[in-house]
Amino acid sequence: MPELERHSFDVLVIGAGGAGLRAAIEAREHGMRTAVLCKSLFGKAHTVMAEGGIAAAMGNVNSNDNWQVHFRDTMRGGKFLNNWRMAELHAKEAPDRVWELETYGALFDRTKDGRISQRNFGGHEYPRLAHVGDRTGLELIRSLQQKVVSLQQDDFAETGDYESRLRVFQEFTVTDLVLDDGRVAGAFGYWRESGRFVLFEAPAVVLATGGIGKSFKVTSNSWEYTGDGHALALRAGASLINMEFVQFHPTGMVWPPSVKGILVTESVRGDGGVLRNSDGKRFMFDYIPEVFKDKYADNEAEADRWYTDPGNNRRPPELLPRDEVARAINSEVKAGRGSEHGGVFLDVSTRLPAEEIMRRLPSMHHQFKELADVDITAQPMEVGPTCHYVMGGVRVDPDTGASSVPGLFAAGEVSGGMHGSNRLGGNSLSDLLVFGRRAGAGASDYVAGLSARPVCSDEAVAEAERTAVAPFSGSDAGGENPYTLHMELQQAMNDLVGIIRRAEEMEQAVERLEELKRRAATVVVEGHRQFNPGWHLALDLRNMLLVSECVARAALLRTESRGGHTRDDYPSMDAEWRRKLLVCTLSGSSVEVVEEPQVPIRPDLLELFEHSELQKYLTADELEG
Amino acid sequence: MGYQGHFRVWRGSAEGGGLEDFTVEVNEGEVVLDVIHRLQATQTPDLAVRWNCKAGKCGSCSAEINGKPRLLCMTRMSVFAEDETVTVTPMRTFPVIRDLVTDVSYNYRKAREIPAFKPPEGVAPGEYRMQQVDVERSQEFRKCIECFLCNNTCHVIRDHEENKESFAGPRFLMRVAELEMHPLDEADRVQQAQSSHGLGLCNITKCCTEVCPEHIKITDNALIPMKERVADRRYDPIVWLGNKLFRRS
Ligand SMILES: Cc1cc2nc3c(=O)[nH]c(=O)nc-3n(C[C@H](O)[C@H](O)[C@H](O)COP(=O)(O)OP(=O)(O)OC[C@H]3O[C@@H](n4cnc5c(N)ncnc54)[C@H](O)[C@@H]3O)c2cc1C
Ligand code: SF4
Ligand code: SF4
Ligand code: FES
Repeated sequence: MPELERHSFDVLVIGAGGAGLRAAIEAREHGMRTAVLCKSLFGKAHTVMAEGGIAAAMGNVNSNDNWQVHFRDTMRGGKFLNNWRMAELHAKEAPDRVWELETYGALFDRTKDGRISQRNFGGHEYPRLAHVGDRTGLELIRSLQQKVVSLQQDDFAETGDYESRLRVFQEFTVTDLVLDDGRVAGAFGYWRESGRFVLFEAPAVVLATGGIGKSFKVTSNSWEYTGDGHALALRAGASLINMEFVQFHPTGMVWPPSVKGILVTESVRGDGGVLRNSDGKRFMFDYIPEVFKDKYADNEAEADRWYTDPGNNRRPPELLPRDEVARAINSEVKAGRGSEHGGVFLDVSTRLPAEEIMRRLPSMHHQFKELADVDITAQPMEVGPTCHYVMGGVRVDPDTGASSVPGLFAAGEVSGGMHGSNRLGGNSLSDLLVFGRRAGAGASDYVAGLSARPVCSDEAVAEAERTAVAPFSGSDAGGENPYTLHMELQQAMNDLVGIIRRAEEMEQAVERLEELKRRAATVVVEGHRQFNPGWHLALDLRNMLLVSECVARAALLRTESRGGHTRDDYPSMDAEWRRKLLVCTLSGSSVEVVEEPQVPIRPDLLELFEHSELQKYLTADELEG
Repeated sequence: MGYQGHFRVWRGSAEGGGLEDFTVEVNEGEVVLDVIHRLQATQTPDLAVRWNCKAGKCGSCSAEINGKPRLLCMTRMSVFAEDETVTVTPMRTFPVIRDLVTDVSYNYRKAREIPAFKPPEGVAPGEYRMQQVDVERSQEFRKCIECFLCNNTCHVIRDHEENKESFAGPRFLMRVAELEMHPLDEADRVQQAQSSHGLGLCNITKCCTEVCPEHIKITDNALIPMKERVADRRYDPIVWLGNKLFRRS
C-alpha cells in the first residue's frame, strides 16, 4: 500500500457551497484549524446555480414584513411539518446573515433609497428575496469565497502562510467517515485527479454536501448531487428525517433533450410571467387549493392588479407554492393540454417590455437563447417539472446542527427538518447561511469541550480503503457497468417515486432498488485510479442507492399527500400524519424506517396563526391542547 | 435526426499526448459537452473533463474548440456542419493534468494576492446604503463565473510562462477594478495594480473581452479606466493623494 497522505484539523467541513463555506468561516473565527473539502473547484459548488434570491424579512420593500410573517410563510409552505425551532431561528436570523454578506463585499440590487432590493416569490407574503438579477447564488458563493480568501490573507500577514488556519482541498471526494467508539475521528477519501487516498483526522465534521437529485432522471441538479452526505451520515449511525419529501420544481426546461431539467427560475413568475396550456388558457386559476383560497386571486384581472397594488388584491396563482404548481402542470400535460414537447408554456414576453426582461432576467434570456434558440422577450418558454431539492436530510439539533453522532454536524440541503414537506423558494440560501454559521459554531464548541482527541484506527482506515478500491477488483462473473446501473436507477426513481406516487409503484421501486443494490456489488471499472469518472460513479452509486432506498421506503409508509409527497392513492392531507416523522437509519445494509412523534409547536409560535388556519392542519386534540 | 459526428480530442497528461479521432453519435439540440459525455459512456470511460452545472453558470468546463476558447456546455453542436471535424483541446495557458483538465491553480494564487474588500469603518451591517447606478459597475464584473477563459486567452501569459509571476491576468485586474468601483470599499489598490499585478503589461487588445462567456466588457469597462487612473495619478499629485477613484461622491 503506498504511503497514505494524512492531515489533521480541528474542524473538517465537507462541502464548499453556501452552508460549508459559512460553517468554515465561523469555525475559523472560533479559532479552530479548519479544512474545507469539495468535489469540484473552489467557487463552483451547486450554490452557484441558485438564481432567484435569498429570503430574509428585512422589510426593505414592504415594511410590514418581519420574522413572524416569514415564519408563518415557511410553516405554511412546509404544511406545518417543519421543525418549528429551525423555522423560527431561520426567520429571525436571515436578515443578519444577508447584511453580513455585504460586509464581505456582496453587491445586491438596490431599492431607490439605497437598501437591498427584495422581490416577490412563491409562498412569500411580501417581497422578501434579496437578489442580484437572476444570479444570486453566484453572488452568495463568490462573497463567501472572497471572505475565505480575506481570512487567509489575515493569516498570511500573521503567520506567513495563507493556509495556516483555513485550507481548502478542492476536487477531493470523501468516501467514508472514520469513527472511534461511535464518535467522529476523521474522514477518508481520494483526490479526484490522482486517485490518491487521504486521511483527515478531525474530532468534528460538518456535512454540507447538498442534495440527492442525481438519483432522478429529470433534474436541475449537477453531478455533485449524489447524496454523499446523507449516506455518510447514515453509515456513521446518524438518522435522516423527511426523506419522502422531494421537491419537483414546476419549471424546468423540457427541450431540447440534452438540457431537459435545467432550471427556469421562479423569478420569471415573480416578475409577471404566466403559465398557459396549449389552449392558451392561464390554467393555474383552476388549481387553487382550499387552504390558499383567501390568499390567491381567482381571476386574471385581480391577479394582474396585484403586481402594482398588492395591498388590495390577492396574488396570482402562478405564485402558489412549488408543489401546487408542479402538480398543476403535471395534470395539464396528462389531460392532453401540454406543449409539443410535453410541457406547458411560460410566457413573460407578452407581460413585460423586452428591455425590462433583459434587465431582470438576463441569465434566463441567455440560457434560452444559447441552449434552445428561444428568445424569451418574443416567445414563450416550454417548461415542465424537474427534480430540484430534497427536504429530507440529517436530523440535527436546531441550535447547533449536531446530529445524534458525537462530532457529526450537518447544515444546508443535507440537513432535514427546516423546510418540512416543501421548501419555499429563496429559503434555501438563507438556510445555508443561518445554519451553516450555527453548525460551524456548534462544531467549534464541541471540539473546545473535548478532553482527548478521538483516534482513527488502522483497521478503520484499511476498511475504508478496501471499499474504495473494490470496483477495480469487481466480481469476474457479470461485472456491471456503473453508467448502466445509474441510468436504471434514475429511470426507476423518476417513474416509480416521482412527482405522483402510488403504493404498487413504490413497492416495485423498493424491489428494483434491492436488485440494483445486488448488482452494484459486482460493479467493475476499468483502468487506474487517476482521474477515472467510471470509478467515481461506481463509488457515488453506493450513496445514491442508499439514499434512494430511504426516499422510496419512507414514501411508501406515508399514506397521505403533503408538500413534496403526492399520492394518487391517498390524495389528501391527514392531520394525524402531521404529528409524525419518518426516521431512516441504517441497519446492516438495509434502510429501516420508523415513525416517531413530531416535536409539538411551541405555544407562542402557534399563537402567530389564526385558529381557523390551524384547523386546516392540526388535529382536534392538538387544537385544544 | 442524429448523425455520426467526427471528433478529435486531445488526450494525454503532463508528460505528453496528442489528438485522437472518434466517430460518435450527435443528436438534435446537443452541446459539445453532451458528446464528450457520450464518449465517456461508450468509448473512453476514463476521458477526463471538468464540468458541473451544464448551464453556463459555474465556469468549470472551459476548453478550446477548434482553437477557440469556449465553454463546452454552452457550445451547441448546431454551430458546426455535420461533416465538420470538431477538435477539442485543453486550455493552452495552464498546465495539463489529464486530457481536457488543466491545472488552474495560477488563478487561485492570483486571487489571493488582491487585497480583499475593506468594509467601511463605523457603518454597521444593515446600514449599508448604495444607489443602484453606483453598484452596477462592479456588478457587471461580479457576473464573472471564473471560467478563466480570459486569462487563458491573454497573450501576455498565453505563451509567456515568465510573465505569470508578475501578471494577474484580465480576470484579476478586473477584480481590482471591481473593488475600486465598490461604493463603500475603503482600500486603495490602484498603484498596486500597476506595480504588483502587471496592469502595464496589458496593451488593450481586447481578446479577453471577446472570449468572455458572460459578455463582460473587461477591457473597456475595467482595464482602460484603471489605466487612466494610474496615468492620472502619475501626472497629478493632487489626484494621487486625493480621494478614491471612481467614487461619484
Ligand atoms: C438551478 C438551481 C437554482 C436554485 N435557486 C435557488 C434560489 O434562487 N434560492 C434558494 O434559496 N435556493 C435555490 N436553489 C437551491 C439551493 O441552491 C441549494 O439548495 C443550495 O445551494 C445547497 O447548498 P449547500 O451549501 O447545502 O450545498 P452545495 O452548494 O450543493 O454544496 C455541496 C458541496 O459539497 C461537496 N460535496 C458533496 N459530496 C462530497 C463528498 N463526498 N466529498 C467532498 N465534497 C463533497 C460539493 O463538492 C459541494 O462543494 C437552487 C437550486 C438549483 C439547482
Ligand atoms: S486587453 Fe489586456 S488583458 Fe485583455 S487580452 Fe489584451 S492584453 Fe490581455
Ligand atoms: S471575466 Fe469572463 S472570461 Fe474571464 S473568468 Fe470571468 S467569466 Fe470567464
Ligand atoms: S459546466 Fe458549468 S459552465 Fe459549463
